[in-house]
Amino acid sequence: MQTQHFFIVGDPLILGADISIILVSAAIIFVLTYFKKWGWLWREWLTTVDHKKIGIMYFISALLMLFRGGVDALLMRLQLMFPNMNLLESEHYNEIFTTHGTIMILFMAMPLIFAMFNIAVPLQIGARDVAYPFLNAVSFWLFFFGALLLNLSFVIGGSPNASWWGYPPLSELTFNPGPGENFYILSIQISGIGSIATGINFLITILKMRAPGMRLMDMPLFTWSVLSSCIVIIAAFPVLTVALFLLFMDRFAGAHFFTMTHGGDPMMYVNLFWMWGHPEVYIVVLPAFGIFSEVVSVFSKKVIFGYTSMVVSLLLISVYAYFTWVHHFFTMGAGADVNTFFSISTMLIAIPTGVKVFNWLLTMYRGRIRMTEPMLWTLGFIVCFVVGGATGVMLSVAPADYQYHNSYFVVAHFHNVLIGGTVFGMFAGMTYWWPKIFGFKLNPTLGKWAFWLWNIGFYVCFMPQYALGFMGMTRRIYTYPDDMGWTPYNVVSTIGAFIMALGFVFQVWQIVYSAKRMDRDVTGDPWDGHTLEWSTTSPAPYYNFAVIPKVEGRDAFWKEKKKRSQPDYKPEKRELKPIHFPKNSGIPFIMGVCFFIAGFGLTFHWVWLGVIGLIGVAATLYARSFQYDTEYVIPVEEIKKTEAALGRDI
Amino acid sequence: MAHAVETGVKHEDHESIKIAGFWIFLVQDVLLFATLFATYVVLRNHYAGGPTPKELFDVPGFVAETFILLTSSFTSGLAALQLNKKSVGGLITWLVITGVLGLAFLGFEINEFTNMVQEGATISTSAFLSAFFTLVGTHGAHVTLGLGWMLGLIIQLARRGITPVTSRKVSVLSLYWHFLDAVWIFIFTVVYLIGVM
Repeated sequence: MQTQHFFIVGDPLILGADISIILVSAAIIFVLTYFKKWGWLWREWLTTVDHKKIGIMYFISALLMLFRGGVDALLMRLQLMFPNMNLLESEHYNEIFTTHGTIMILFMAMPLIFAMFNIAVPLQIGARDVAYPFLNAVSFWLFFFGALLLNLSFVIGGSPNASWWGYPPLSELTFNPGPGENFYILSIQISGIGSIATGINFLITILKMRAPGMRLMDMPLFTWSVLSSCIVIIAAFPVLTVALFLLFMDRFAGAHFFTMTHGGDPMMYVNLFWMWGHPEVYIVVLPAFGIFSEVVSVFSKKVIFGYTSMVVSLLLISVYAYFTWVHHFFTMGAGADVNTFFSISTMLIAIPTGVKVFNWLLTMYRGRIRMTEPMLWTLGFIVCFVVGGATGVMLSVAPADYQYHNSYFVVAHFHNVLIGGTVFGMFAGMTYWWPKIFGFKLNPTLGKWAFWLWNIGFYVCFMPQYALGFMGMTRRIYTYPDDMGWTPYNVVSTIGAFIMALGFVFQVWQIVYSAKRMDRDVTGDPWDGHTLEWSTTSPAPYYNFAVIPKVEGRDAFWKEKKKRSQPDYKPEKRELKPIHFPKNSGIPFIMGVCFFIAGFGLTFHWVWLGVIGLIGVAATLYARSFQYDTEYVIPVEEIKKTEAALGRDI
Repeated sequence: MAHAVETGVKHEDHESIKIAGFWIFLVQDVLLFATLFATYVVLRNHYAGGPTPKELFDVPGFVAETFILLTSSFTSGLAALQLNKKSVGGLITWLVITGVLGLAFLGFEINEFTNMVQEGATISTSAFLSAFFTLVGTHGAHVTLGLGWMLGLIIQLARRGITPVTSRKVSVLSLYWHFLDAVWIFIFTVVYLIGVM
């Protein structure tokens, strides 16, 4: 391969990115070296198996990816703002909508929900860590290096350009000979292994690691939502793995699964992709439902309305998720009977979702509502999600879908449910659990600015797109003539995108400002919470609980606080014992590097490099298998010292 | 919320938690194979002018393969019996026999693939052959991985004897091995038997 094809040069935007990547990397290396922080970085972060630190790393990566995907979105909106714009060429526009979708779903939404899994689940169920702390670190580094591989395509080799779903035959070698699609396949494959491992890890954590006394039906609803999300991950991700693997075989080994010749069938890929793709949207939205349930109950000072129906509807959604995939391509021509089945199954999903919305509303009814920032995000979500849900039901009507298909109506719908559902949900979770993780609250004034800018920007951006869809504007077009009548709507939509971008700026400002100015939370329970994560200190010590709590029923910590306020309350004697704890390990990070090397080699068809990387992966697996001394004991003295430093006497 | 005095998960629980996780791993592996089977069934008549299963599949060959793999599943069961008897020597012996049978199975499979490629039936010939090589090859790759794993475990058993950790590892490996056997039964039926019928 020639150098000018290897390093992408010539486009000023990419040249700018090259320069900024080099400058930022140089600055990071300089700062780490100057302050002698390399050892700290390795000991405290790169080798950690602590679920809270892994959660923080997921969170930071997700925010970075939100920035990258957001810049892609702003570029697209600028290009579409006026007719006949020349900001982006068609090829560049194709690459940008591809990376925008891929990054936002797989490298922003997924790590963001995993951040919340890691931060909250072990604390909520009264556990000291997840079931497999080492595997948890492996999952993170596979995600991280997968994301790195995809982002590298921007400056080396060229970005994928066949949309985030990579439909053949467009994504086949014949029509797409460059390395872009290889980057797409291999980066998702690498991070996908990590996602499956996370699904297994948290399923077993929830089933096996709960504090004594906590029955399944006593679990906080966020934990339930993670359980149902994990079930969907375990059942859906293998299908994506196979779909991408088969596409890889087509491109790499000359197979004919999805080609137009030799008996291949491109629609097979489309079916497989959406058998994962539709459940995937439930994977990212179910945890958001869980967060809203926690927030609504705490800030209305009530127990959640209809706990059992909440659990049942979560589980129903995770089952229904598998029976709707064909609604993404009613126009395939599967026939009236097939389309009718998938039409009805899609409509059915609205029922459990509706149950949840009514339960949230009824929890607030006659509650003592506190308008905190997490609560604002929740209220914003309810309105937004009802609109998105209603347009979803419109889309589920197969005959009508022939009209909406591939139009901006669809674009508006899924942003409506993904931003209004997942993103608002994760922001609610971020502001809610922030004090637990970092030991201080986020500044509410800046947070409210961020909320209103996001919320208003959202409607300004996406409501016009529903209209544009009706007016016939199709997805993925990079420009349009000026006599279509679309211009005013596109101008408004672009303005909305920039309002949301301003909201993001406020969030970053809020985080930086709060880190400097906000008071430390010394109570460990800044919101008057109901669940166990608020019973330990903020931030939680690395072993989470000095003594494993014993649980009686739902909202365990709330009950405990009520008991404590009784006049005849006598605190029970809590006896400390040494804790067995997993040792940090560098193997997950090295395994991630090996996967990255293998992925990079295979992307460019450098088999030798791919083989070296895979040998490295096998070597790290072997090294771990031969490691027996993986735990250490925290003595009672150290627990006492740590607790005292956090202001708790034992 | 009275505070219990226990300090976390006991060591034996650790091992049972790991076995539970491996069951869930097998669930996702079942789905992975199910997807490959579905693809194979959709594409199995797409010969595109290339050879058909009847022309390609060698009945004595795949029957021998099947018997070898079934036997290896049986011997890995015998290894598990030695584990219960706490006999390291017996355990290692039966694991070695299982591994040798696994290698023989792989030898047959590689031989079969090589013959087909030499006859001009490659992965690029038709969608049917793409699906065939990928499905059967994925199973073969699983067997190869299992053999590497078995080798590592035999070394650990020789060094450490039977401990809670090594016996959990043997249990997990034998689960994996039986699982591969079950997948092969489906390959034997769906690919080979229906193919030559």
